Amino acid sequence: MVAVPANEKDDLRRVLDENGAPLPGARIPSISDATLSRMFEVMLLTRIIDDRMSRLARDGGAAFYRKSIGEAASHFAAAPLRDSDWVFPSYREHGVWLWRGYSLQQYVDQLLGNAGDPSKGRQTPTHHAARWLNLVSISSPVGTQIPQATGAAYAARAQGKDDVVMTFFGEAATSTGEFHVGMNFAAVWKAPCVFVCRSNGWTGARRGAGRTFAYKALGYGMPGVRVDGNDALAVWQVASEAIDRARGGGGPTRIEALTYRIQGHTSSGDPALYRKEDPPENEPESPAAWQRRDPLRRLRGYLQHRALWSTAWEAEIAERCAQQVSDALAAAEDKPAPAVETLFDDVYEQLPWHLREQRAELLALPRTSPRPSSSIDPSTAPVSADPGEPR
Amino acid sequence: MPTMNIIEAVRSALQIQMRADPRVVVLGEDIGKFGGVFRATSGLYDEFGADRVIDTPLAEAGIVGTAIGMALYGLRPVPEIQFGDFIYPAFDQIVNELAKFRYRSGGQYTCPVVIRTPVGGGIRGGHYHSQSPEALFIHTPGLKVVAPSNPYDAKGLLLAAMRQNDPVLFLEPKRIYRASKGEVPDTEYTLELGKAAIVRAGTQVTLVAWSGMVTIAEEAARLAEQAGISAEVIDLRTLLPFDIDALIASTQKTGRVVIVHEAPRTCGFGAELIASIQERAMAYLEAPILRVTGFDTPFPYSLEHEYLPNADRVMAAIRQTLEW
Repeated sequence: MVAVPANEKDDLRRVLDENGAPLPGARIPSISDATLSRMFEVMLLTRIIDDRMSRLARDGGAAFYRKSIGEAASHFAAAPLRDSDWVFPSYREHGVWLWRGYSLQQYVDQLLGNAGDPSKGRQTPTHHAARWLNLVSISSPVGTQIPQATGAAYAARAQGKDDVVMTFFGEAATSTGEFHVGMNFAAVWKAPCVFVCRSNGWTGARRGAGRTFAYKALGYGMPGVRVDGNDALAVWQVASEAIDRARGGGGPTRIEALTYRIQGHTSSGDPALYRKEDPPENEPESPAAWQRRDPLRRLRGYLQHRALWSTAWEAEIAERCAQQVSDALAAAEDKPAPAVETLFDDVYEQLPWHLREQRAELLALPRTSPRPSSSIDPSTAPVSADPGEPR
Repeated sequence: MPTMNIIEAVRSALQIQMRADPRVVVLGEDIGKFGGVFRATSGLYDEFGADRVIDTPLAEAGIVGTAIGMALYGLRPVPEIQFGDFIYPAFDQIVNELAKFRYRSGGQYTCPVVIRTPVGGGIRGGHYHSQSPEALFIHTPGLKVVAPSNPYDAKGLLLAAMRQNDPVLFLEPKRIYRASKGEVPDTEYTLELGKAAIVRAGTQVTLVAWSGMVTIAEEAARLAEQAGISAEVIDLRTLLPFDIDALIASTQKTGRVVIVHEAPRTCGFGAELIASIQERAMAYLEAPILRVTGFDTPFPYSLEHEYLPNADRVMAAIRQTLEW
């Protein structure tokens, strides 16, 4: 599908051309060599994880997996944040977790729902939570995190702190009530919040009839900016501006990162069922054209331009990342499912009588199935009316 | 000791807790300068200012959704939903988000939010100002549901709710917001959540009620007394988790139970109470446990007096259980 009509492309913020060279006259964000190298490393790691985990899911080792291949540059909207800033992610910003220091082992343990999962095996794959990184627990119903992010931003200011809150969502979320509610509350309260929409071209009929999503921000009296979501430098630049503005008391900003997810929603299901036919290869919105604008390829090109890249360096990173993934998977194999007793923990701060009773009832039964959580396969689950697969 | 109605008791609890804890904020529609549609937050804006007494846009999902974010970050929000009937736009935020954050994050994130909302009929409010939606939320793991029936309990339970760390739905009986008056200390006190009160002791039948139905049960108990029947009245006060010990102890004493609630009968909370009592006290029961409830219809406007349980209907059930 065509993500954006051609006549609305003029206001799109870009820094890099399709090969990663700075565009003539483009303002280059000031990013240190070390940070640029780390961005590349995290982007590469995200791609390796996406590839390995979706294969793992296909082979039945994980319930399923939600890929982000092609969208990875949009995750770097979170890169200019401080550690004390908060992020309310959706379930597809894998790079944000890795960038902020969520370990590969934690990432894998969460996917497998084993005893090493920081969330104790409570949620399906890619629904992480990391309180120590100010990364908020992820929900499946789309858009629910948007008013929550607004509330957290309000709270930061009310407590006299200058933290900024960023929230991510896909373009489908902009049709939900909570998107409008969250944007409106944020604008009324001038909350220090940055809303990042990944327009990945997959919404189809679920999208509204309006022109671009950034236009919706105008209706709330909030600046909206559109950025090439495959251009990591441009994403960094517009995010930095929005973060600075929020921190300085200027209120919320809406960022629309135009990108393209190269593969389907999860490791299961057939994208052809709900995706329109792709444009021919020579069209700007064709998959082939988006492959040429691949965010990793462009960042690589920029690193080459800055003389920060070599074949050997990338090969070393790729090998190290692949090995880390293998090690994490191997370590995860030895980890058991969460202990059965933990089923009743964390419903409340303390166990009320009825849960104590139910816990005793369950513990009195013989244990039969050691790893039930990894045997769920959505591809064999009853087909719903919506072919968009489990959220 | 001063006399307060339920509105004044709620306001007193909010004021005390806002003075004690700078993290407490209240938010909702017109709760600021206007003081809320029932005036529960009247005066708080002047004392605590616009940052802590927050007028919100009209959107319940936004009120609860932003309250969740505030709580995650470290505030202790007490949102008001203007009428319980308007809570449904926030249903997903309450049942899927608020009540689940602790569990789904493995205990990393907590949401200490107390949602206040008036419930129940008897004010000629029709379907959209009269419902009793408690059963929908009692069916929600992770949430606590509290439903006081008088000013003293309202203040003590609200203070307790604001001082613990689980999300609470605090249902206030709007029909008797002002009509129910009693002695309430100016000072702070808390009543433990999860504990019922025996508001009238008796020996032959147990009447179980909460919120606006407690006064109806008491009225029925007086009718029963005139007929020579000794009825015990239990005010459940907290619906999730409810006080099973108080119910079983009373059932063992009387052997007969009548449950009174305003909400529709089918899958109403009375059904859960009956199941829980008979599982534990079957040998003590002399008769089937009966229910006097609202009917399985939408809440009516002109005929609300026919819909709402009253003392005569409760008395009829008492006779039925005694004659069984």
